[in-house]
Amino acid sequence: MFGLEKKDARLLLLVLALTMFAPFILNPFPEGSGWAQFNAGYPDLMQRFVIFGIFAIGFNILFGLTGYLSFGHAAFLGVGSYSAVWMFKLLSMNVLPAIALAVVTAGIFALIIGYVSLRRSGIYFSILTLAFAQMSFALAYSVLTPITGGETGLQLALDDPRILDGAAHAAGNIPVPGLFGLEMRDSAELVLGAWVFTFNIGYYFSAFVMLASFYLAIRIFRSPFGMMLRAIKSNQQRLNYTGLNPRPYTLAAFVISGMYAGLAGGLMASMDPLAGAERMFWTASGEVVLMTILGGVGTLIGPVLGAGMIKYMENILSKINSDILHTWFAFLPDGLENLLVTLVYPFIGKGWHLTLGILFMLVVIFLPGGLVEGGQRIAKLFGRKKAKDTDGGADAANSTTPAE
Amino acid sequence: MSTGNFTRRGLLKTSAVAGAGLALPTYLSAANHSGFTNAPGDSTVTLGFNVPQSGPYADEGADELRAYELAVEHLNGGGDGGMMGTFSSDALKGNGILGRKVEYVTGDTQTKSDAARASAKSMIEKDGAVMITGGSSSGVAVAVQALCQEAGIIFMAGLTHSNDTTGKDKRANGFRHFFNSYMSGAALAPVLAANYGTDRKAYHLTADYNWGYTTEEAVKSSTEAMGWETVAAVKTPLTQTDFSSYIAPVLQSGADVLVLNHYGGNMVNSLTNAVQFGLRDKLVNDKNFEIIVPLYSRLMAKGAGANVKGIFGSTNWHWSLTDEGSKAFVKSFGTKYGFPPSQAAHTCYVQTLLYADAVERAGSFAPCAVVEALEGFEFDGLGNGKTLYRAEDHQCFKDVLVVKGKENPDNEFDLLEIVEVTPAAQVTYAPDHPQFAGGALGTCNNGA
Repeated sequence: MFGLEKKDARLLLLVLALTMFAPFILNPFPEGSGWAQFNAGYPDLMQRFVIFGIFAIGFNILFGLTGYLSFGHAAFLGVGSYSAVWMFKLLSMNVLPAIALAVVTAGIFALIIGYVSLRRSGIYFSILTLAFAQMSFALAYSVLTPITGGETGLQLALDDPRILDGAAHAAGNIPVPGLFGLEMRDSAELVLGAWVFTFNIGYYFSAFVMLASFYLAIRIFRSPFGMMLRAIKSNQQRLNYTGLNPRPYTLAAFVISGMYAGLAGGLMASMDPLAGAERMFWTASGEVVLMTILGGVGTLIGPVLGAGMIKYMENILSKINSDILHTWFAFLPDGLENLLVTLVYPFIGKGWHLTLGILFMLVVIFLPGGLVEGGQRIAKLFGRKKAKDTDGGADAANSTTPAE
Repeated sequence: MSTGNFTRRGLLKTSAVAGAGLALPTYLSAANHSGFTNAPGDSTVTLGFNVPQSGPYADEGADELRAYELAVEHLNGGGDGGMMGTFSSDALKGNGILGRKVEYVTGDTQTKSDAARASAKSMIEKDGAVMITGGSSSGVAVAVQALCQEAGIIFMAGLTHSNDTTGKDKRANGFRHFFNSYMSGAALAPVLAANYGTDRKAYHLTADYNWGYTTEEAVKSSTEAMGWETVAAVKTPLTQTDFSSYIAPVLQSGADVLVLNHYGGNMVNSLTNAVQFGLRDKLVNDKNFEIIVPLYSRLMAKGAGANVKGIFGSTNWHWSLTDEGSKAFVKSFGTKYGFPPSQAAHTCYVQTLLYADAVERAGSFAPCAVVEALEGFEFDGLGNGKTLYRAEDHQCFKDVLVVKGKENPDNEFDLLEIVEVTPAAQVTYAPDHPQFAGGALGTCNNGA
C-alpha cells in the first residue's frame, strides 16, 4: 500500500490509528476522578505530542541514519516559528503560507549551517552546530529584537497589516490562525458518561501533517538515498575509498531534517501564534536528542514515542503539587502520609527533570535501543513465534549500534 | 520497493474506519454554550497560579505561591482574613467567590515564555481555570497575557515591571497591579536630585532584554529631565555572571553615578562586583561615586548582602509599611509561614483579592463583566494607599516606594528602609506617553 512494504504499511496504519484516536487513548480516566490528573487528552498537549513527533522524526533522519549528532536543531525550529509568525503578521492568518515559509526558511538556514558544519564530523560537528544554535539564540534574544521581539517573543498585534485578510481585524480582537475559516483552536467535545473527549481542529491538522512527514520518513528510510546515509554512518572511510563523496548526501540529510524542524516550528506557531527565543536555546536542542535516544535511534516510530514521553512528563508530572500528593495518600495514617509525601515530592512538580533523568538513565542502561527495544522485548515475551513480524517499525533490529 | 495489493476486504475495512472517523464529528456537541470559556460549576471555581518554580526566579515564584495559597485560604473564609478586612470594597464575604469554593491549580513557568504558555494552556484546557495569574518576568507576563486574551480568560499579572506589559503589549483581558519602569524613574529622580545634586554624570549598565531597555529609558529620561547627563549606556548579556569587565571602563568614563538596570541574580552579581572594585569609595568630579538600582526586591537585597547599604532604588511595596492593610497582610503571612512576605507575594495576593472582588461586584465570572468591574476601579486598604485601576491601559496607579539599603539591619528580612513614599500623582502619566506608545487594548474577550 502507498508503495510501502507490508511491515511499513502496517506501522503507518498503526500510527494513523494512534493519532486519530488519541483523544480517546490519552483520556482513559473519567473526569473528576483522582486519576484525571494523568489524562493527557487536552488539545495543547496532544498538539505538542505530534509537533515534537515531527521534530524528532526529522532529527532522526540525520542522527539515526547518518550518525551525525546535531546539537543545534532547535535553531531551525525557532527560525520556522519566527517565519510563521511573520507570515501571520504580514500576509494572512491562514496557516498554509505560514508553514510553507517556515519550511523554506528553515531549509535555507540548514543549508548554510550545514554547509559549514559538515566539513567536520563527530564531536566537532556537534560543537559547530551547537555554536550556531547558540549564536542564533543570542541574536534572537537581543540584537535582532526588532525582528524577533527579543525576550518577550514575537507576537501578533491588532494593527498588523495582514494584507490578504483585510478588514478582519476591525472587531478589536486579534484573529486566530486558521485553515480557510477553520480556526485552529476550535474544539468539539464528546461527553460519554463521566468521560469527556476533546477533538481539536488544530490537533487533527497537525496529526495529518505528522502522518505525511512520517510517511515521507519511511520512504526516505527505505530509499537508495537512505541506504547511502546508512553507509555513511557505518563506515565513511570505506565510502570515500569506493569513490563516493559523502558530503552531498549528508548535506541533503541535514537540510531535510532542518526542514522537518522548520515544519514543526511553523506548526507550533500555527497552534499558538507566538515565537520566543527560548525555543532556540541549547536545552531545546538537547531535548530532541533525548527524545530520539529515549525512543530508539534509527527506528521509525521511536522518536515519536520519545517525544510523547518527554512532553507528557513535562506537562503532567510537573503539575502535581504537594496538595495533590496529600489527597492521594490521605487514606494512610498521618505520619505515614507525610513520610510518603516527603519521599515522593522531590520527583514530581518542579522535580520532574529528576524523574526524567532517572528514566533516561534506566533506558540507556537497560534498553540501549530505546522504548522500541522495550516494546520488542515485550512482544517477544508474549508471542514467541510471531516475534518476527511484531517488531513493528523497529528496523533498528538490523543496525545494532544504538547511538554514537 | 514492493507494493501491497489492495484486497477487497482491506479496502472495505479501511473505508469503514475512515467513514467512522469522518462521521464522528457530526455526533459531537460543540463546546458548552455558557457564553464564556470555562464557566465554573455551582460548587467550585478553579484559579490557575502560574509561577516560576525552577530557573532564576524560583525564589520569587515560591513566595508568590505562598501568597496565593494564603489568598485562597482567606477567600474561602479560613485564617484571619488578612487584607479582606482592610479592603475598601466589602463585596468579599469569606464564602469563596460568588458562593463557590475556590480551588487552584499550579504550574511552572520556568521563566520561559513557551513553558509558561504551555502550562497556562493546560490550566485552561485541562483544569478549567477561569483566571490565570502569576509570573516573575515581563517576557512571561506578556506572553501569557496574550494567550489569555485569545482564550477568553482573565489574566492578573504577577511581578512584571516592564513598561510594555501595560504599554505596547497591553491586552483587554490583562491587568497589572505591580508598578513599572516609568514609575520607578519618576519616583527615583527627585530623591536622587535631593541627595546627589542635579549635575551628575550617569553610566548605565543594562540587562540586554526588554525589561532592561524600558528601565534604562525611564531612568534616563527622568534623570536627564532634572539636569543629569548620561555618559554611556552599556548592554550586558542576561547570562553574564561576572561584570568586572563592564565595571572597569566606568571609572575611565568620567561618570560619577552608576545605574544598574539589572534584576535578580544579575543585580546581585553586578552590584557585588561594583562594590568590590571600590567604586563607592572613589571621588569623581569632586563628588562621591554613587550606585543606583532602579528595581529593588528584598530577595535581591538578601543576595547582595552588605553591598546594598546606602544604595537607592524603588520598590512596589515593603513589609515594614505601617498602614492597616500592610500590617494585616504581614501578620497573616507571618503567622502562616514564619517570615514577612516579599513584594512579589504582596502583588500576587492583592491581584487575587482584586479579581475575586471584581467577580463579586460584577455578579459573574464572565471575563467582560470582570473587565468592566475592574476598569476605573478605585480602592484602598491593600497596602499602597488609594489606588486606581486605569481603564485605558489596565495599570494600577498608586504610591511608589523609594528605598535605600539599610545601614544596620536588625535581621535578615530587614534589609531595606523606606526613604520616601512617592505619591501616585507624581508617577502618573498619560496613557499615550511615548514610553508606552504603540499597541492597543482591543476589546475584552469572553472566549467560547
